[in-house]
Amino acid sequence: MMESPFWMIVPGNAALSALVWFVIAMPFLYAARKPVHELLHAVGVLAGGPLRSSSRWLLGAAHDMRERNRQVLLAHGREEAGQQIAREFERVSLLVTRDLEGYPALQRRLLDEITRVEEDYKKCGEVPPPPPDWIDAINAVANVKSGGNELVTRLLEEINRSIKDIHEKTLAEYRRAYEERHSILDGFMPFWRSLDKTLAQADRKMTSLTDRAAAIDAQMARFEQIVSKTERAEHALTVSALTQFFVATLVIVVAAGGALINFKLIALPMSEMVGAGDYLTASLRTSEVAALVIIFVEATMGLFLMETLRITHLFPKIHALSDPMRKRMLWIAFTLLLTLAGIEAALALMRDMLIADKQALMQSLAATAHAAAATDSWLARIPTIGQIVLGFILPFALAFVAIPLESFIASARTVGGAVLVMVMRLLAVSLRLAGSFVRQLARVLVTLYDILIVLPLLVERLVRDRRAPTPTPALSGFEAVERSS
Amino acid sequence: MKRRHFGFGLAALAAGCADPRSHSQAVYMLVDTSGTYAEEVNKAQLIVNYLLGTLQPGDSLAVARVKSRSFSEKDIVAKATFDNRPSQANAQKRVFREQMEAFTRSHSGSAYTDITGGLIQGSMFLTETGAGHKTILIFSDMQEELDKVTVRDFPITLKDIRVVAVNVVKLRTDNVDPRRYLGRLEAWQKRVEAAGAREWRVINDIEHLDGVLKG
Repeated sequence: MMESPFWMIVPGNAALSALVWFVIAMPFLYAARKPVHELLHAVGVLAGGPLRSSSRWLLGAAHDMRERNRQVLLAHGREEAGQQIAREFERVSLLVTRDLEGYPALQRRLLDEITRVEEDYKKCGEVPPPPPDWIDAINAVANVKSGGNELVTRLLEEINRSIKDIHEKTLAEYRRAYEERHSILDGFMPFWRSLDKTLAQADRKMTSLTDRAAAIDAQMARFEQIVSKTERAEHALTVSALTQFFVATLVIVVAAGGALINFKLIALPMSEMVGAGDYLTASLRTSEVAALVIIFVEATMGLFLMETLRITHLFPKIHALSDPMRKRMLWIAFTLLLTLAGIEAALALMRDMLIADKQALMQSLAATAHAAAATDSWLARIPTIGQIVLGFILPFALAFVAIPLESFIASARTVGGAVLVMVMRLLAVSLRLAGSFVRQLARVLVTLYDILIVLPLLVERLVRDRRAPTPTPALSGFEAVERSS
Repeated sequence: MKRRHFGFGLAALAAGCADPRSHSQAVYMLVDTSGTYAEEVNKAQLIVNYLLGTLQPGDSLAVARVKSRSFSEKDIVAKATFDNRPSQANAQKRVFREQMEAFTRSHSGSAYTDITGGLIQGSMFLTETGAGHKTILIFSDMQEELDKVTVRDFPITLKDIRVVAVNVVKLRTDNVDPRRYLGRLEAWQKRVEAAGAREWRVINDIEHLDGVLKG
């Protein structure tokens, strides 16, 4: 027969034994009610308090960090906008220097042309033939009554003939004058065209200047927004940083692919230079590391080249160099890059030769009599030429990775900061929820404790009701503890 | 996995220290030229060709014949430690192949088979190379036959060496009683393992040589 555990008062009946124990323990539980309530409450506060404090601290830190990120972002944006405005002003200055420095000459030419046109215009003015002074006399003579006098008739006829002659002469003179004016007007055309062309040229230059001015206005508006630290400016800068970050990452990944191809091209022939039997680790040959080092040196030279060309701004010291020194550095970086590109092209050729040699050896080892005859056509040379060209071009292509790298570094600060703030906020919310949960759990446990000792509590209430004629609303256990404390 | 190695490699580079362990391989091949097994020598050429195609610059290879007494440098038919430069290594491999071809054309049979002497000679050669991975290939039927004056019944040392028996053909007596063949191989395994060898393997099909140099 199995022996019952020591706590079983009623052997074989665990439930009844537990009930008996519970009944026995109930008075003690009732007696310990207040300290237990206080203990649970204290545990709730003890566990929940630090969680809530941590949450508050994290929120504060996230707020500070966000503020700092904002300041950095705006400062960066201000600097960038300032640079862009400066660049726009440079362009305007160039435009003014290039186009408008000839403006006085242009103006003089215009005035000359206008003066000439005016003079010609004046020459074109229609001068009516002066009315003959002798018309009145003719009228008077014409009104003379001939009265059949032959002398008078002849005189009149003579006057008529003379007038007709004079009329024809005057008409001819008039027509000649008109022809002259027409020829002058014909001569106008080139001047008009020249004038029109000069004006169009001036208009085009002025339009270009207006466009630049509009761009400067837009940049200035952006700059003002950044300076006044508006939400819109911050949002625009954040979005811009995010876009830059993803685009730069994409380009860097593509460049990494190029670097990998580059590595494959020179890793094998490097073993011809540094030996194939040396290892740095169990699977990493020294020749592979040497190839990597060459690629990194090329990338570094590319970086310096971009810096000295003032395309990127990663090294302030390079930018602080004097122009002659900077140009000297540019040529040094370019020469080294060119040399390395040449070495890579040679290594690519060597790689092809090594592979061909290895293939020939393997064929001879396989001892196949019907080995494929080596083709010496130009088609067989295409991969070799391709490798050489690729080996030469890739270092220069890699040099341009400096541009996305700069964007990546600049935008990573903003993106990383924003992500960190988000993580801290999430953590803060989680801690706050956990703190609230612990406090609520303490309350639930207090209530559960009261439910356990509901019988003594009912008795207590009955006794109280008898003693006090005016009943007061009963308080829950937790509230009673809070009130008493 | 490779990326992790790459990372480790860069870390090692940054620390400025190279891996001191040797990663090169050294292979010593014993070719049995005694009795009827001498007919199989042409197959040995195939194995040597496979080894020449597989071994890398910096690795070592030696081929020695098993005769009545094989503990002698004179029994090494061809040996080479390939240059670190791949182009030079390829040239050495071509010369090695020609030496092997000359051997297969002009070899002569021997009356006895001293495999143990060859193993001792091979072990010494491999230790001298300082290679990280050492392998002895035994191209033989593994039937050792010694004359009365030759002494080979003493413990030998093959520490850290992989021993691979290749093309272990069955003798006429093995066909009568296969336990003789199995017992012979088991005896060799015990002897090789007792000598401290890292591994003992038997590869009878030459097409299964792929894993012979893994290690």
